[in-house]
Amino acid sequence: MAEIISKKSATKEPGRRPPAALDKADTGDQISRRSFFSWLSIGWFAFIAATGGFFTMMLRFFFPNVLFEPVQTFRAGFPDDYTIGEVDLRWKNKYGVWIVRNNEGIYVLSTTCTHLGCTPNWLNSEQKFKCPCHGSGFFKTGINFEGPAPRPLERFKITLADNGQIIVDKTIKFQQEKGQWNDPEAFLNV
Amino acid sequence: MLEKFRETQFYKSIFRGGGVPKSRRQRMMVVLNSVFLHLHPVRLPKHAVKLKFTWCMGGLSFFIFLILTISGILLMFYYRPTIEYAYTDIIDLAEQVPFGIMREIHRWGAHAMVITVWLHMFRVFMTGSYKPPREFNWAVGVILLLLTLLLSFTGYLLPWDQLAIWAITVGSNMARAAPFVGHEGPGAALLAIGDINFVTMGSDMRFALIGGRFMGEGALLRFYVLHCIGLPFIIMIFMAVHFWRIRKDGGISTPV
Repeated sequence: MAEIISKKSATKEPGRRPPAALDKADTGDQISRRSFFSWLSIGWFAFIAATGGFFTMMLRFFFPNVLFEPVQTFRAGFPDDYTIGEVDLRWKNKYGVWIVRNNEGIYVLSTTCTHLGCTPNWLNSEQKFKCPCHGSGFFKTGINFEGPAPRPLERFKITLADNGQIIVDKTIKFQQEKGQWNDPEAFLNV
Repeated sequence: MLEKFRETQFYKSIFRGGGVPKSRRQRMMVVLNSVFLHLHPVRLPKHAVKLKFTWCMGGLSFFIFLILTISGILLMFYYRPTIEYAYTDIIDLAEQVPFGIMREIHRWGAHAMVITVWLHMFRVFMTGSYKPPREFNWAVGVILLLLTLLLSFTGYLLPWDQLAIWAITVGSNMARAAPFVGHEGPGAALLAIGDINFVTMGSDMRFALIGGRFMGEGALLRFYVLHCIGLPFIIMIFMAVHFWRIRKDGGISTPV
């Protein structure tokens, strides 16, 4: 109790510096109002930067550097491995593509239905791709003709390597409704 | 006997205020002094809990949430969120684990909670209980509805059967089409320097959600963590606010 009283009286000592002088005084251990505000703003900037950095790190955390998925560009064998007039299913599960060969050449169709992203089945007897989810149907060319699919299946880039092997690049896609199927890389003339 | 026990130091040290509440004020203090009870109103007017007015849908939603929490924790003792084991663990939970009904309780409870939450919203709308001063609690309620649906969505994938995989494939395509953050959404093409797109199939919101370009191990693990830890944690915070605001905004179904 005695301590508290003495502290109280200490703050009321007449020898204390008058408030008007506080602005100028930056001597010794006293912090002036002006420098207090600059320290405060530095502190806030540091706090915001640290918090922002933390949340950026947290966001980045969700994008791993290595994906354990099949590669986007792969070699699909030689053109002679594919029969004319048939839809080839060998890459469907691993890479999500059908390779189709007709009289003129070879093209690569994406197995992703353009309606909501399921995987259609190739029905050989009916000569069409049929999606089990909502019933979209596509011709062998990839053109949609029934069900809710709004546009044809996408095609991927197909080129020949120096040794004559087919290279499929899934990062580049060609959409019929944009007129991209005429692109030389969307179709391999054999 | 019970009253004597309530006067002991043991009882008083656990229950703040202790002793036998003898007056209305003391009874009120018992509620206010308990961390669990203080979310709840101190007293309820008889008319406020009329079943034909409230339908008890909010209370039922919370009750079902508790059932889902308990049954969900029990399921976690057997379920492994990997492509190799997820599906067979679900089969085991039904056929081999004692009380094989536990997984069905969780599944049916999830369906029931979605229904009761919607009906609760319908009731609140029909009785005008969204009006001031309760408008903020309506907003909290909408967030709770959204979280309930997200919990339902993330739990959907965990059985890892054909229905689950394709349902989430279809559902996660919504993220693909989101403006700016989805690689097929409007504005995504603007976020590019020259030929280099920043929002691609390997860097958009859908990728962050399913941890890959298509449904796989990453999606299963992320949905599992969100379903068991992330979303329940968030929904419990909002539920605490929701219940507390009911009391603060004038109690349940009382005109203010």
